[in-house]
Amino acid sequence: MSLPAPALLDISDLSVSFRTDRGTVRAVQGVSLEVRAGETLAIVGESGSGKSVTALSILGLLGDAGSVDGGRILFDGEDLLALDDDAIRDIRGDRIAMIFQEPMSSLNPVLTVGKQVAEPIRLHRRVPWREAYARAAELLERVRIPDAAHRLGDYPHHFSGGMRQRVMIAMALACRPRLIIADEPTTALDVTVQAQILALLKELTREADSALILITHDLGVVARYADRVAVMYAGRIVETAPARTLYGAPAHPYTEGLMASIPGVDGAIGARLPTIEGQPPDLARLPPGCPFAPRCQHVLDVCGTVPPPLERVAERHLRACYRDG
Amino acid sequence: MAEPVAAAAPADDSLLRVEGLKVHFPVTEGVVVQKRVGSVKAVDGVSFALHRGETFGLVGESGCGKSTTALAVLRMLEPTAGRIVFEGEDVTHLGPARMRPIRRRMQMVYQDPFGSLNPRMKVRDIVGEPLVVHGLATDRAAYRARVDELMDLVGLLPDMADRYPHEFSGGQRQRIGIARALALEPSLLICDEPVSALDVSIQAQVVNLLMDLQERLGLTYLFIAHDLSVVRHISDRIGVMYLGRIVEIASRDALFAEPKHPYTQALLAAVPLPDPAREAARPDELIAGEVPSVRNPPAGCGFHPRCPEVMERCRVQRPELASRSRGFVACHLYDGGG
Repeated sequence: MSLPAPALLDISDLSVSFRTDRGTVRAVQGVSLEVRAGETLAIVGESGSGKSVTALSILGLLGDAGSVDGGRILFDGEDLLALDDDAIRDIRGDRIAMIFQEPMSSLNPVLTVGKQVAEPIRLHRRVPWREAYARAAELLERVRIPDAAHRLGDYPHHFSGGMRQRVMIAMALACRPRLIIADEPTTALDVTVQAQILALLKELTREADSALILITHDLGVVARYADRVAVMYAGRIVETAPARTLYGAPAHPYTEGLMASIPGVDGAIGARLPTIEGQPPDLARLPPGCPFAPRCQHVLDVCGTVPPPLERVAERHLRACYRDG
Repeated sequence: MAEPVAAAAPADDSLLRVEGLKVHFPVTEGVVVQKRVGSVKAVDGVSFALHRGETFGLVGESGCGKSTTALAVLRMLEPTAGRIVFEGEDVTHLGPARMRPIRRRMQMVYQDPFGSLNPRMKVRDIVGEPLVVHGLATDRAAYRARVDELMDLVGLLPDMADRYPHEFSGGQRQRIGIARALALEPSLLICDEPVSALDVSIQAQVVNLLMDLQERLGLTYLFIAHDLSVVRHISDRIGVMYLGRIVEIASRDALFAEPKHPYTQALLAAVPLPDPAREAARPDELIAGEVPSVRNPPAGCGFHPRCPEVMERCRVQRPELASRSRGFVACHLYDGGG
């Protein structure tokens, strides 16, 4: 299969660290990934795996303690890491939008919902408030908020959790972004509402031929909504593959262990779950070599020396592991 | 016609019977003189029974009343109505002194392994505290030996007992919480979202530990969670709650193979399966709407505004939980039996 269009987002060899009292935390190391228009890429991993830090680096939102130590983030051919603050601010909320986990803390409690959705439109499109409000009403309708036009004057606390997340999606879509990054967008929501929100997000991004990066720890969500998956562990991508391949034929021992440890629909009563013994390493005291080696059942001598590079195992399927096959 | 609701609780081998439990919270108005203007019916007529040695899963979305039910069973919240029968004794209205020995027999494991352990106490004292509180720590050597034994029971090294909680990972902290809950040799362990704060690879370790402990100690579990895959793995029977009521009780296999209540069906359909091939084969239909506020629940069946099978009767008459061909269902669809 030949790959058609060039990637919309092309991250190569990204490394990010944070200075803390415990020393330098290597949050992201040598991460490379691509996202194409119309595609949903899921980044999965446990807490501290570096999935959210990768997303924040794309938007230049690392804050003072974090620094990019190397790598390149090309968006539409432009290196985001080379841009100054003003230039990245012009892109943020316009061509790249972000949706966070907690809609209550991401919305301003003292501004009306209409104003918050209209603001990015006015800012990036330089249109008068009246026009921005009209577009905001349209957007709230598209995310299926009942009686949208009459709710522009309401405040966030007037909305339920699910409705607030719809408002966040409306804000994210306001300027028709090419790329949407959603960081655990439904973790705070109930399961029936989660399903509605994710289906909506997927539908709207597909309609606009935008790309979606979905950051999550929920392997069920990944299976339902992602086209392709990148699995992160201790700051590195350990495996990336189309969703079906990853679930059907995981190639990295960590991915295998993760898949096996999900309580399955076919599990026998009383059966014990396969587990990955131990716990993820401390990012301030990473072992040399593969970060998964201390927990790996297939560990070889070489695993403790140099981290394995991400290499091709099949078409569009890469993994970072020294084990054969 | 349907059997009356008390049938949900067979009297024979049950360790715990909950009958018609209601927990209502008053809603008041006014700052100086508080006037009662209504009530929030957090739990509104819940009945179920736990057989000795089984795991009963209680599932539902936030605000459905599952945690409030647990707190009422433990008598940490006063029931407004109903009966709680534990080990054959009606404990619904026992005073603190008579409740004390019973508390030893029912213990709780909490969700948050970070917030539920006192950060200033050594793990030895956290695990051993219930022994002190209940006056069982008379001999120093025996106390140390018991804590060591509890640590070992949950898969922690006894010499870790002299450390503080922050030196432990999330999974280890949950083990500490479990060791503490086991200190008094309870027969019932109420686990409220015990693994939902943990990472996937750690969840499996804790689920396995709970299953091992149940086997070794003959424990009975009331397992409260919103993650259906974990509940399915660990439970023998499952109760589904919605807006303060149990809408369905069934054995785990029957519930997943053939959910009867339309809410159970919607809930199961909404849960994504960790398998892209199965996901692609599933219908896209999703239930609309959100859970209504318990402050202002709909009349009739609480689920009727979202129910795809709603009938006229559902808007006015609340269906009772009744015995059906398998399990219990609270739905007018089955009024004729089935």
